[in-house]
Amino acid sequence: MKTLEELKAIREKMQSQVSMRGEDHARTRILVGMATCGIASGARPVLNKLSDLVQENHMTDRFSVTQTGCIGLCQYEPIVEVLEPGKEKVTYIKMTAEKAEEVYKEHLIGGHVVQNYTLSSADIK
Amino acid sequence: MMTEISLNILDVAENSTRAGASLVTILVSVNTSTDELTVQLSDDGCGMTKEQLEHVTDPFFTTRQTRKVGLGIPFFKYAAESTGGSFSIESKPGIGTKTTAVFGLSHIDRMPLGDMNSTIQTLITCHPDTDFLYIYRYNEASFELDTRLFREILGEIAFDTPEVAAYIKEYLFENKLETDGGAVI
Repeated sequence: MKTLEELKAIREKMQSQVSMRGEDHARTRILVGMATCGIASGARPVLNKLSDLVQENHMTDRFSVTQTGCIGLCQYEPIVEVLEPGKEKVTYIKMTAEKAEEVYKEHLIGGHVVQNYTLSSADIK
Repeated sequence: MMTEISLNILDVAENSTRAGASLVTILVSVNTSTDELTVQLSDDGCGMTKEQLEHVTDPFFTTRQTRKVGLGIPFFKYAAESTGGSFSIESKPGIGTKTTAVFGLSHIDRMPLGDMNSTIQTLITCHPDTDFLYIYRYNEASFELDTRLFREILGEIAFDTPEVAAYIKEYLFENKLETDGGAVI
């Protein structure tokens, strides 16, 4: 069994490092729809991929990945919304873990919106 | 329709957090001798009124404003009952809600339990201010994950710190494997 002793060792190591967490209002918020519609369409792997990428690349001071409810566009789930302070909200639809990785690299890191996956590029009837 | 029981669990637990719960307890218990898989979620959230509780298994009832259907609980109930199991939900305003689903373990219509570790990881990541107690039992063996104990040790260090997130992932993986011996459920 993995024990809490290992967690204590992590704490000892971390406490010597200065917290680099940015102010909340300065961080870009990444919201993944996690109501029944989102979960049933595959939101869990999308959210986990995004939070893994942010954590592994030590980007938690720049991005916060969290869940949101249903925004009434169930047919387009899994939906990911990117809210960057001072910029217009970008809504990505029908996401997968693979597409989420692309959004992370191109948009969040590279600064270029992946137009093909956005709600505004979808043919809404 | 959900494809895994673990997704139903994620869905119901999300309801608990939305109800303002400070502690969500999730029990998953596999018993091969009684041939049952029991899932129980209890929270100390705002609870439901008698009227809401009466309608909670009705797919055309929801408290949401964004759409007119609420399929989460009906899906979960149907998934359990279609395996010869049972489903119940108790709730009191101001006290909390307890949902229990019992599945026929070897029933042909029982969907797989699925990736429980991923469900727990998702909940912890998304709700840094909510505590989760996860109890996983496989016959006589069991393990617990209690974020209150993690929090006590970590103090100001966040759960999404890479080292901590990796620890939680390994904690779930190793302890589950040791508990069920890698059984496919």
